Amino acid sequence: MSQRQVLQVFEQYQKARTQFVQMVAELATRPQNIETLQNAGVMSLLRPLLLDVVPTIQQTAALALGRLANYNGDLAEAVVKGDILPQLVYSLAEQNRFYKKAAAFVLRAVGKHSPQLAQAIVDCGALDTLVICLEDFDPGVKEAAAWALGYIARHNAELSQAVVDAGAVPLLVLCIQEPEIALKRIAASALSDISKHSPELAQTVVDVGAIAHLAQMILNPDSKLKRQVLSALSQIAKHSVDLAEMVVEAEIFPVVLTCLKDKDDYVKKNASTLIREIAKHTPELSQLIVNTGGVAAVTDCIGSCKGNIRLPGIMMLGYVAAHSENLAMAVIVSKAVPQLSVCLSEEPEDHIKAAAAWALGQIGRHTPEHARAVAVTNTLPVLLSLYMSTESSEDLQTKSKKAIKSILQKCTYLPALEPFLYDAPPNILKHVVGQFSKVLPHDSKARRLFVTSGGLKKVQEIKAGPGSLLQEYINSINSCYPEEIVRYYSPGYSDALLQRVDSYQPLAN
Amino acid sequence: MATLARLQARSTFLAHQYYFRNSAVDVFRKKEYDAAVKIQSWFRGCRIRAYLRYLHRVATVIQKCWRGYLGRQHYQLIVKLEFCTMKMNLYNAMAVRIQKRWRGYRIRKYCFNYFYLKEYLKAVSETNDAIREALEEFAEMKEREEKKADLEREEKKRDYQARKMHYLLSTKQIPGIYNSPFRKDPDPWELRLQKAKPLISQRPKVKQKRGVNISNRLACTSARSLPQSEILPPIDRKQCQGPFRDITEVLEQRYKPLEPTLWMAEPINELKMAREELRKQEWMRNINDNMFLPFSSYHKNKKYIPLMHSSSKYGPNSYGSQHFRDENPKKWICDKLLEWSGMWNTSEI
Repeated sequence: MSQRQVLQVFEQYQKARTQFVQMVAELATRPQNIETLQNAGVMSLLRPLLLDVVPTIQQTAALALGRLANYNGDLAEAVVKGDILPQLVYSLAEQNRFYKKAAAFVLRAVGKHSPQLAQAIVDCGALDTLVICLEDFDPGVKEAAAWALGYIARHNAELSQAVVDAGAVPLLVLCIQEPEIALKRIAASALSDISKHSPELAQTVVDVGAIAHLAQMILNPDSKLKRQVLSALSQIAKHSVDLAEMVVEAEIFPVVLTCLKDKDDYVKKNASTLIREIAKHTPELSQLIVNTGGVAAVTDCIGSCKGNIRLPGIMMLGYVAAHSENLAMAVIVSKAVPQLSVCLSEEPEDHIKAAAAWALGQIGRHTPEHARAVAVTNTLPVLLSLYMSTESSEDLQTKSKKAIKSILQKCTYLPALEPFLYDAPPNILKHVVGQFSKVLPHDSKARRLFVTSGGLKKVQEIKAGPGSLLQEYINSINSCYPEEIVRYYSPGYSDALLQRVDSYQPLAN
Repeated sequence: MATLARLQARSTFLAHQYYFRNSAVDVFRKKEYDAAVKIQSWFRGCRIRAYLRYLHRVATVIQKCWRGYLGRQHYQLIVKLEFCTMKMNLYNAMAVRIQKRWRGYRIRKYCFNYFYLKEYLKAVSETNDAIREALEEFAEMKEREEKKADLEREEKKRDYQARKMHYLLSTKQIPGIYNSPFRKDPDPWELRLQKAKPLISQRPKVKQKRGVNISNRLACTSARSLPQSEILPPIDRKQCQGPFRDITEVLEQRYKPLEPTLWMAEPINELKMAREELRKQEWMRNINDNMFLPFSSYHKNKKYIPLMHSSSKYGPNSYGSQHFRDENPKKWICDKLLEWSGMWNTSEI
């Protein structure tokens, strides 16, 4: 009898513990409760429960800790300070898969907030156990371990190097080949986080043969997986020409262009980021992209989305056009310039406008043909207004100024230049007048048009210091016309005429 | 003396005459002299002039020849120079022609081929159009697939609803709500209900609404990710008599959540391995490796050789019979002891 009573006491205690831990775990799912839980000192209560005899209580306690640490950085720091991590790491190696999942979840939740916390996780030797978890049979365990490794590697290059040194990369590539979609996603995201910091890390990832598998998964219908895969490939390709060439050799073109038509916006963004990273290295790579029709696809993609999603596509067009004039001509032929000018006028954000202005400058700066193609779409006044407006950020002003200057130096399309005579500030006016002075001596129709449209009048009104470049240009323009016309249009001519009328004595008959 | 007188008279006249004649002659002499001088000077002048003219002529000839000589030399130089210049101009012009052709050829062939560029740009725009078309098609295909998937889902939902509501089907006696007698045709729901199989609602409805997001389940953030704790048995139930398992165990196994994974938690050849394990343990425990086959040597007509341990000089021991048996005389059927051979002998083992 007494034995049963004694056992009953123990049973009650166990029931109470189980209930407590389950309730805490459930409460921790809602963010509004977490403050209260923290104030009630839940950390110190959960800690001994991690060492409980009953495995269910251990697992639920680990789960509750993970949810708490997930919420914000202070709780995660409390987890680290409470010396919970060594215990977790130790039992990660031994326990069953539920516990492994929960413990990996805690490590992920702690590691995601800041590099110092991630460093603390690395210091207590968690990486080796996490890598062992990556070899586990259960895909849930693998996923949790891969997620934790990805979050740790995200912060900086040293942590990534530590993850790589623990031997995680070949196992992550094996995880990518598993049939479960969630595991593939997480493994791709972890590879992306590892390879983004430095070329050596990216080379390590490539050496394991990750590119072939990642390239195959571009065709997968799941959009979140595509996001991660494209992000991983772009992080690999961005570092150097060799890596970009290896990515291209995996025959991603023209399959990647279908991703530009995906419903999911972030897939489009990551796909255009990948193409941009490949295009920016050398003219040959850009040529390859142009030959497969990439420019048209990117232009359509820009047209179909808004905001930050467009930005990598715009930059890609700029990079392609910057390499050589033939490529810039190819960009023009793909009808990219009207699209870019639409972006320039439509977008509300300054950094996107700055990117569009830069891209237009790169397209238009090569030869008069290119400048004409840009000027015909009436973008020059927009660029000028962006440069002059005080609301634009400094970056936007600099970029639009550069773009205007580079286009103006080659622009011989006079109808587009005329508005500049009226609005432009003096430093730009100089270039505009210079262009006129280059074109007008040779083209009689243009001279006539110049006079009839009032440009000659405006030029006369410009005040320039004697001997300055501007004065020289004005003189060369004036020398294209007979003197009477120049005098007729010079300011104050009507007054001078009236004065002559006043002072004229008619011949007395 | 007359002549003398006369001469003397005449002498003064003579003197005068002489004088006058001399003076006249003087005058004439001067005149003549001047005239002669004039004539002579004129003549001399003419002579000298002729001589000078002659000299001039001669000097002119000399100068002429000399100048001609110099001029011819100069002329030859000029001609030579002109010739050289003309030659050089010709060469230059020819060289320009060659260079013109060569440079044009070189640029066109090696550096920049205008027509090739035009062709290239045309090819690029054609590729662009092709890609645009292909991508449009792809997008359309995706949309169609999505729409089809949507329609299928709708269809499934309606089907499920019809199965749930199958009892609303109209019978012969009572028309159902979708088959009102005032309608011309029955409602489409009626037809659907006719086609639907009735839903057996005995299932405990463990239908979880996970949808497409499996990651919630696997990410340890949902409330259902770990096994539930032991379900406490109802308080007032007494333990059923009989060989039943513990109710908590049963419920746990009954409501175990689905974990779809292609990997088995235990290895595939678990049974075989367990058998091996058992066999190994038995091998460890058993003294005799041969399996006990009853009457295995029955046909061999071998004489049975008892163990040395259980036999002594005088025959087999009562080792297995006397010392490990519990005696309870109260349970004996009869009082007398049955005599078994050698059972009651004691000996040391």
